[in-house]
Amino acid sequence: MRARVLVRPKRGILDPQGQAVERALPALGFEGVRNVHIGRLIELDVEDPARLPEMCERLLANPLIEDYEIVEDGEE
Amino acid sequence: MKFGVVRFPGSCDDVDALDAATLVGDAVPLWHAERDLKGVEAVIVPGGFSYGDYLRAGAIARFAPVMEDVIEFAHEGGLVLGICNGFQVLCEAGLLPGALLPNVSLRFVCRQVELEVLDLETSFTRACARGERLSVPVKHTTGRYYSPDPVHALLRYAPGQNPNRSQDDIAGVCNEQGNVFGLMPHPEHAVDPLTGSTDGLRIFESIRAEIDDRVVV
Repeated sequence: MRARVLVRPKRGILDPQGQAVERALPALGFEGVRNVHIGRLIELDVEDPARLPEMCERLLANPLIEDYEIVEDGEE
Repeated sequence: MKFGVVRFPGSCDDVDALDAATLVGDAVPLWHAERDLKGVEAVIVPGGFSYGDYLRAGAIARFAPVMEDVIEFAHEGGLVLGICNGFQVLCEAGLLPGALLPNVSLRFVCRQVELEVLDLETSFTRACARGERLSVPVKHTTGRYYSPDPVHALLRYAPGQNPNRSQDDIAGVCNEQGNVFGLMPHPEHAVDPLTGSTDGLRIFESIRAEIDDRVVV
């Protein structure tokens, strides 16, 4: 199974990377962009997708500061 | 007494930690891949970039073989000190509450800071004098301490000196039991008058005094 794990800073935790990008876009003429948040994309092939949540909790994300979302992309 | 200093691939402050510990006792390196604490009485998890800090600072190091023994040692009441990357590792390992986030400036900061000691009655601060401020360097990019729950902070950046915008100006916290302590500033870099301050010695002297008392008991 091909899967993607999307990791984002938890809502309410200051995300200075997102803020920096949000400030940079208008400087290039891209107006009207708000709520930019920067996270991490982890792509993986996994034999047992049922174990993905545990992998996220224990290593791929830090649940104290990050939310994660698992997207299953189906068989190769 | 005997200190052990963990050495991960990517550690870089292990030698200074060994040197600093040697000023108050004996010190030996502890190799990350070996499950052997060599009978040490206190463990230091030093600064650096363990396992390249891939994924998140400290996230991979937390699963190193030696960390299983460090975690067991801590659960049995052993004294564990985490400095900078070591603090990040101890948070990832669940030995300390909270987590370290990127500095709000998004910049690497390297400067001397003044620290206020918030609690003098602990194994890691007992050699500090009341009202004493410690002058110690910081050097990090991921040092913004955050915890959703109340914590036992032992050190706070003096007013106006917070280099990373950590919550409540926290520079160092200990666990509920008081035997695990993590801090972002580097006491091991402030033990020689040649580099401007010897205030970092207080932390090592505190551990020494605590161990000496335990042996007597």
